[in-house]
Amino acid sequence: MAMTREGKTYIVSAIVEHKPGVLYSVSNMFRRRGFNIETITVGASEQKDLARLTVTIKGDERMVEQVVKQLQKLIDVVKVSILDPESTVTRELALVKISTLDTKVRSDVINYTEIFKGHVVDVAHDSLVVEITGDSDKINAFIELMKPFGLKEVARTGITALSRGMRSARME
Amino acid sequence: MVKMTGAKALIESLKRQKVEVVFGIPGGAVLPIYDVLYDSDMKHILMRHEQCAAHASDGYARASGKVGVCMATSGPGATNLVTGIANAYMDSSPIVALTGNVPRAFIGKDAFQETDIVGVTTPITKCNFQIKNAKEISKIVNTAFYVASTGRPGPVLIDLPKDTQTEVDDIEFDDGISLRGYKPNIEPHPLQIDKAVKLLVQAEKPVVIAGGGVITSRASQELLALAELLIAPIATTLMGKGSIPENHPLSLGMLGMHGTITANKIVPEADVLLAVGTRFSDRSTGKVETFCRDAKIIHIDIDAAEVGKNIRPHVPIVADAKLALKAIYDRLIKSFNKKERSLWMKRIQEQKKQQAEMENKDGMTPPHLLVELRKILPQDAIITTEVGQNQMWSALYLKTYKPRTFISSGGLGTMGFGFPASLGAKVACPDVPVLDIAGDGSFIMTEQDLATSVSWKIPVTVIVLNNSVLGMVAQWQRMFYNRRYSAIDLGKIPDFVKLAEAYGAQGIRVGSPEEFVKAVKMAMKSEVTTVIDVPISSEQNVFPMVPPGAEIDKIMIG
Repeated sequence: MAMTREGKTYIVSAIVEHKPGVLYSVSNMFRRRGFNIETITVGASEQKDLARLTVTIKGDERMVEQVVKQLQKLIDVVKVSILDPESTVTRELALVKISTLDTKVRSDVINYTEIFKGHVVDVAHDSLVVEITGDSDKINAFIELMKPFGLKEVARTGITALSRGMRSARME
Repeated sequence: MVKMTGAKALIESLKRQKVEVVFGIPGGAVLPIYDVLYDSDMKHILMRHEQCAAHASDGYARASGKVGVCMATSGPGATNLVTGIANAYMDSSPIVALTGNVPRAFIGKDAFQETDIVGVTTPITKCNFQIKNAKEISKIVNTAFYVASTGRPGPVLIDLPKDTQTEVDDIEFDDGISLRGYKPNIEPHPLQIDKAVKLLVQAEKPVVIAGGGVITSRASQELLALAELLIAPIATTLMGKGSIPENHPLSLGMLGMHGTITANKIVPEADVLLAVGTRFSDRSTGKVETFCRDAKIIHIDIDAAEVGKNIRPHVPIVADAKLALKAIYDRLIKSFNKKERSLWMKRIQEQKKQQAEMENKDGMTPPHLLVELRKILPQDAIITTEVGQNQMWSALYLKTYKPRTFISSGGLGTMGFGFPASLGAKVACPDVPVLDIAGDGSFIMTEQDLATSVSWKIPVTVIVLNNSVLGMVAQWQRMFYNRRYSAIDLGKIPDFVKLAEAYGAQGIRVGSPEEFVKAVKMAMKSEVTTVIDVPISSEQNVFPMVPPGAEIDKIMIG
């Protein structure tokens, strides 16, 4: 994970070959050129043998232009686009484990989870695991809220994103 | 479909790519391939170090314009190729490197001589492949050659686990490739051409910078035609040297840290700068923030990532240089009346005259010797250089007239490149003299391949400008570190004449410019490689020089 960097956050969406070594060459390029990755997610896309890779980076326009060009230069990267935050749906998922030794705490956590439209996905006698989905701000807010209760572990997926409407970053 | 082993499929695929020669060294993980070579008519040149195999294939590629091929075994064989691959990557030279690896079942187990060469070479190749089965070899070889030689050329590596070489399968040869993510854009966008034409028509003081891309795209004629039409002088980068004849009236010579005074003074005065096939490296631009800050810049390059990386152009043109230059020329020739540029040309002539007056070339100094050397070389002689003072003296004082006749390690700056590259160039062009301008420090790094040159009868001439020090390092310590000479003294060893003779080559030591000229003439006629030991002063600096980080017209001349 990257150090915090000055500048605007950009979401870069790339369609890449879904085969071993591609994530390595992409992340290696970022390291090599000194671009800091804030988050990176990758998974199968709607098309056979192609994966969608979503990277968020902080920087200025010139840096992002270089990121896109350097990504496009990689043979296994098929298509790259910058997603405009105004017309993009972004989501992140977090699993949050909270220590709930006390029944008052337990019911508070469950209440907050409902307010945040999350789900309790694991219940033990001394802890709960909550699944929470949304944009990063919502997840940050939930985590902040859980801190006083005894936050034990957090696992976040990083941002994945799609453009709204028919605008697409699709390989035709 | 034919039943055969993967090793046989590899050699057949190379033949279908019209490969004439492979530079390599065998080893455990490529034994099946060498067994096929045993009764193949494919020429294989046994090198004495894998680094030299890679450099030789690079020299072959640069001299011929064809893809060079080198081969090594797994582990240390593969890692020894790395410097050569990185060198080819930085200078956009098309080579295909073949490596063996441990059998598939052993990969990832740290088996004997296993190296993750695909991982190692990912940042220094255009792309690389590890073969999964014998069946896919043909298609991957096609893809590798296509990627290496198109767009912005560069190295591609294919790693072949040993059991994919012995695996027998029905092999299908077709010329198909499979690449969704690689479509080099070669056609210039007409709107960008319009914008470039508009700027060039208005230019009062146009200047062209020609980089290696002009040579790669064989665009020399188009470039000269356009420059002559515009009456625009041309500076070249180190990689662009040879893209235009350096005795042409519009030639300014090389630009940059060790550029000519003329190029470094004239380029910053441009009002419109047409940069072709160059990446604006720090060695060319000097202080990049102020480089040509008053000029409108048109940048033609086939690699989109280079456009806007170091310099933000006013008119970016992502295209093949030849097509873009032709498109601009075709537009201009219709509408453009040759401008009166007597003032601009006068300024350039003045600057050239001033430069000529400042050049003091006599005695056993490299500038003098290189000027004398040029007089006795045919125009198509191929020069390779090592890296350091020898390289910069060659770039400055040895005029080049034709593309692909000046071969030097530009981007990576690899000492030891020139000699093995000269062997590759000689294999590609056996009928022209090939000379490596070397320093003693550089030549020592790959001198063992004298054995290759003698046993394979590849006669080249090595001119060792022997100052018994690491000359460029010494120059920087002299200029920027108060003459605190640290670890630069090489002593007067070895005796290069005896060294050459020990390998069965010819060695000559010269003591005067006359003896030097005589020795070179003799060497060019020799059927065996000749090493000419040229003792020079260890105190001599390469000038002109622009200190690192300074603006390019801040020239030091002594």
